[in-house]
Amino acid sequence: MASTVTPGSSRLGLQGTIDEQEISGKNDMMNSGRRLRILVAKPGLDGHDRGVRVIARAFRDAGFEVVYTGLHQTPEQIVAAALQEDVDLIGLSCLSGAHVYLFGRVIELLKEKNADDVVVIGGGIIPEEDVAKLKRLGIKEVFLPGAPLRDIVGWVRGNVTPRS
Amino acid sequence: MFTEKTLQEVQEGRKKWEREVEKARKQKAERKARFSTVSDLEIQAIYTPEDIKDLDFARDIGYPAAFPFTRGCQSTMYRGREWTFRMFSGMGSAEDTNKRWHHLLKEGETGLSTAFDFPTLMGYDSDSPRARGECGKCGVAIDTLRDFEILTGGIPLDSVTTSMTINPSAAVLWAMYLIVAEKSGISWDKIGGTIQNDMLKEFIAQKTFMLPPEPSIRLISDTIEFGTQSVPLWNPISISGYHIREAGSTAVQELAFTLADGIAYVQDVTARKKLDVDDFAPRLSFFFNSHLDFFEEVAKFRAARRMWARIMRDRFKAKNPRSWWMRFHTQTAGCSLTAQQPYNNVVRTTTEALAAVLGGTQSLHTNSLDETLALPSEFAATIALRTQQILADEIGVANTIDPLAGSYFVESLTNQMEEKAWEYIDRIDEMGGMLAAIDKGFPQMEIADAAYHYQQQVDEGEKVVVGVNKHVLEAETAPDILRIDEEVEERQIARLREVRANRDNRMVNRALSNLRVASGTDKNLMPYVIDAVKEYATEQEICDVWRDVFGEYRDPGFF
Repeated sequence: MASTVTPGSSRLGLQGTIDEQEISGKNDMMNSGRRLRILVAKPGLDGHDRGVRVIARAFRDAGFEVVYTGLHQTPEQIVAAALQEDVDLIGLSCLSGAHVYLFGRVIELLKEKNADDVVVIGGGIIPEEDVAKLKRLGIKEVFLPGAPLRDIVGWVRGNVTPRS
Repeated sequence: MFTEKTLQEVQEGRKKWEREVEKARKQKAERKARFSTVSDLEIQAIYTPEDIKDLDFARDIGYPAAFPFTRGCQSTMYRGREWTFRMFSGMGSAEDTNKRWHHLLKEGETGLSTAFDFPTLMGYDSDSPRARGECGKCGVAIDTLRDFEILTGGIPLDSVTTSMTINPSAAVLWAMYLIVAEKSGISWDKIGGTIQNDMLKEFIAQKTFMLPPEPSIRLISDTIEFGTQSVPLWNPISISGYHIREAGSTAVQELAFTLADGIAYVQDVTARKKLDVDDFAPRLSFFFNSHLDFFEEVAKFRAARRMWARIMRDRFKAKNPRSWWMRFHTQTAGCSLTAQQPYNNVVRTTTEALAAVLGGTQSLHTNSLDETLALPSEFAATIALRTQQILADEIGVANTIDPLAGSYFVESLTNQMEEKAWEYIDRIDEMGGMLAAIDKGFPQMEIADAAYHYQQQVDEGEKVVVGVNKHVLEAETAPDILRIDEEVEERQIARLREVRANRDNRMVNRALSNLRVASGTDKNLMPYVIDAVKEYATEQEICDVWRDVFGEYRDPGFF
């Protein structure tokens, strides 16, 4: 009787496949060969997904290819998805207070898989004093509440290029 | 409401006023081309008797404690008793939270409300690999009855009511509360409180889920039936719009989806349990958000009561007036607060709380100024409590009932809320009800659209957020915030292991195995959960039985 229910079409339990993105996204990354691929992810048990879904749309509207993991992902699942989807950037969102452990674990696993050229950024309810701590761990940028979408998209354009 | 003569005078007056407006606009355009609420509902420059000419006092407004309950549920409202000052709190260990509860009660809080950490909310024990890093972070960590005994230490359960924000594992935490009461010699007909226990809004918005929708609804109907029979003063469900709004919905969507959820629960209990609607409907309770747009919120609350009364009487043919009333708790909008210049949040919370009071709430939580940074500090939580006390005692709004009734604007907006919410409810009915709508992703996508639209308006400066896109400070000083000690996790895991080592594991296994067997039948599962909890089975042990029997729900990740 046990079953896993996954409504909606999905691959790896992920929404937003390449085909869908090519229909809906505007391609402004032609110069660099292929479009930037981004995984937006919710690590841990936190269910606050308003921000992450708004960011996912903003990235898609900016012309990036976006894969969203859905909620309640372990760091292992996130890294596996990032490798399988061959992304250039991982955007992590956490509003539960568990960001130091969870973000740090994602970085650690990427290193283990020799994939630490994937840029990782984060956002959420993160106290100012943890920002430096997260950057030391290897999170490239941390966006705090109130960060405008254009600033986040602008940072990505300026700092991330498709991996060769 | 008005005579023909009055309406004629109103129309003549309007023509004159419109000419004046025309002149004024030629000299100077209005500040905006379009004025709208925070939900982007367009608002007129002025409202007059014309806007509410079809309103019927007896049908649409009436008196408090009588159909259609627009003006409130109790005949004396706050003149008889203030709303309950119920501060949502929970952090770190059971000891930490118990200490905060005693502090708030000492300072005049009149009801308790529990915030659990994510592992507890999701049915995992503190030593689960899935719980790493989360223990005590977003609320209190509860694994077994032992933690619950500590949590409620010294709390008079026969005189204070307790609300618990708990959903997929609501039956387990409720069982803990029942056993703690029983052990302190308080019978179940003397205790009052609320379990949130509303899974539909979890699939739609709050996203703490465990089982697929069908078994989730079954557990809810079990608890409603059990409460009706054994815990008569308890609210076994709090049908919640709060989280729908926090996820980014408009006020109308919050109203409509909450009522549609309520309809789905009433349908399920009557069909599954063969209960008469009047047997359980009086104990259904609700929970709304109070957001920034003052009049929109007041109108929403008034429309909510009126619509629920109509749904219960006309759609479900309930006969007991207590089945028609909608009692609700309100929380000010967490999503309206800013990390920038956080002291400004006190002002936002105050006006939101005022809207809830003028909307006739039964119970209220006011957010703390530091909640965009961390869980509330004691200092910030005390200011939030004082905010309610000042509204209740100093400014005179509790002196008369439903003081905004009869306002052309508020009555017109109340009607508009109702009309637009009915449109959504009709659409959901056409889809085959809320479960079918959720399966299609309908409410999820409507909310995602509204959230994205709002964020774009903020980014464009069309919606002003002081301190974020206007009146920004170059340098800010942050308040001292509460930090959860990393040792909380170690201590919690140590206590959990001690409980597992010292309980009678034979009895635990027997209780879990009985629960497993019963879960495959249509028996009410509450007695089995109570037996397992009594033997100090952990929350996850009980939830794992259900995961095993019913399967797990995975987030479809709509965006």
